[in-house]
Amino acid sequence: MNRYTKRTFVLEMVMVAVGIVFAFPVYVLVNLAIRQPSDTSSPIRPTTSPTFDNFTGAWREAGLGGALINSVLVTTVSVLIVLAVSALAAYPLARSTARWSRGTFLLIMLGLILPFQLASLPLYQTVRDLGLLGSVWSLVLFYAGLQVPFTTFLYVGFLRALPRDFEDAAAIDGASPFKTFRYVVLPMLKPITVTALVLNAVAVWNDFFTPLLYLSGSDQQTVPVAVAGFVGQFVSDWNLIFAALLISIVPVLAVYLALQRSIINGFAGGLKG
Amino acid sequence: MTADLKVRPPGRAVSAQPPRRRSRVAPPWWFILPALMLFAFVVLVPSARGVYYAFTDWDGLDPDFAFIGLRNFIDMLDDGDALQAVWHTLLVAVAITFIQNGIGLLLALGVNSMIKTRNFLRVLLFAPAVITPIVTAYLWRNLLGPDGAVNSLLGTVGLDGWQQDWLGDPDLALWMVVLVVVWQFSGYSMVIFLAGLQSIPREIYEAAAIDGTAAVRRFWSIVRPLLAPAITINLMLSIIGGIKLFDQVYALTGGGPGHATDTISTLIYKDAFTLGDFGYSIALAVVLTVIVAVVSAGQFAVLNRNEKAAS
Repeated sequence: MNRYTKRTFVLEMVMVAVGIVFAFPVYVLVNLAIRQPSDTSSPIRPTTSPTFDNFTGAWREAGLGGALINSVLVTTVSVLIVLAVSALAAYPLARSTARWSRGTFLLIMLGLILPFQLASLPLYQTVRDLGLLGSVWSLVLFYAGLQVPFTTFLYVGFLRALPRDFEDAAAIDGASPFKTFRYVVLPMLKPITVTALVLNAVAVWNDFFTPLLYLSGSDQQTVPVAVAGFVGQFVSDWNLIFAALLISIVPVLAVYLALQRSIINGFAGGLKG
Repeated sequence: MTADLKVRPPGRAVSAQPPRRRSRVAPPWWFILPALMLFAFVVLVPSARGVYYAFTDWDGLDPDFAFIGLRNFIDMLDDGDALQAVWHTLLVAVAITFIQNGIGLLLALGVNSMIKTRNFLRVLLFAPAVITPIVTAYLWRNLLGPDGAVNSLLGTVGLDGWQQDWLGDPDLALWMVVLVVVWQFSGYSMVIFLAGLQSIPREIYEAAAIDGTAAVRRFWSIVRPLLAPAITINLMLSIIGGIKLFDQVYALTGGGPGHATDTISTLIYKDAFTLGDFGYSIALAVVLTVIVAVVSAGQFAVLNRNEKAAS
């Protein structure tokens, strides 16, 4: 079955064509971002005299530097918090068969279906009353809580499929519950932690609605908010806008390309859970 | 990726009971506290308050507001924009679910075959899913514009008659939202299906490789049942993500032209922050919650039964 047949060749051609269709928008993005504003020829014609002026202009005007720093800060801190508390919570939730454990798990899983609009509008009032509007720390708090159900769900599913012999052995040797968690359970969770880390980081980095609410009108912005503000300001200057869009996706694509193998494999591992 | 990703439906792993054997280790209950407190502060308590506000006329600022019972919900029945938004939301969610997963499944079968470019294509096709949705939506807003690349491409291949303002036509705009989401997340569905396909023993899968009509039947009766868990996850993810859709509509059309692409999420945002109808807006969010809950419960029941039947 491992022969490369004529039929495989046809399939290959079809799939390559599909790949080209999927890549086409990104080709146009790059093509327009490196084009002189005076060049008004068809957007699909390769640019003849490329320029990098759009990038310097977009960088200067869009405040992307500060936004990138904020996004990195918010993403890093909130993902670390959510991984730590969720892994810790998943341990008793997966291991205890008591009624309170099952009830608490279902309560947390309720968070999977609650739409974020329901919670984030009232929370907006709380954040305002606490004087945290316009602060990136309000976002860290928000994501740390919002991502708990999904992350706990991943950890509990994974943990239930693991044998508990190592934990029992550690307990017989006299390890405290926390030591058992830290030195026995946590290392076993590593594969699912990679998946949870990537999925959470992508979700937090890309979120737009919440920073739009909590940061609008302040000088603190995340990348999606900065991009939206920039597009609103330079409505029809698409060469400049495309340069800004390209700058904003380069960090994400760089991380993705560096980690793509473990991301795609982690998906498989995480989903089999 | 969007908020879509935050949602993971309960799969089979969860329903599997842990071994009923007494363990010497009893992890202390207070390990749950930090996560539970964060979750309660950020999600649970505000959601409960949201449900309360849905029965008030609060504008979001004035400390004086009144409890008005079901008035917000009754008003909704006379609000053409709200009813239209509910319809758009359901239509978009169903369309995305079917198209995105259909394409995702075909892509997964393609890159799971012996083709030489399979590794490259896996990376390429999944790449859009990691890009910020608001950014891809702005990109597509230009591509679909009157002078955009899509019209330009149609002109080049001689289909000048098809050229139009894709986002300016109220009948087409909603489908363009679907197109953009499908372009971005088909690779996501593909990866989940691929994970499912690769968990199927090679021999079974190869016996059912795509080669004509007979293979289609073999796929349906052999591979599909084994793919049940991947199908469950994909359908739940895309339908819940589709129901909550916000970023793409906001950036592509802003809900326009007119209200032609408004979804419940964009209407919630407009009512709360441009009209100051906080109580009414949160009542819409409650309706959204009920729709998500009913759809996911129904879907879970059906898919769970199919999964059980398949295993």
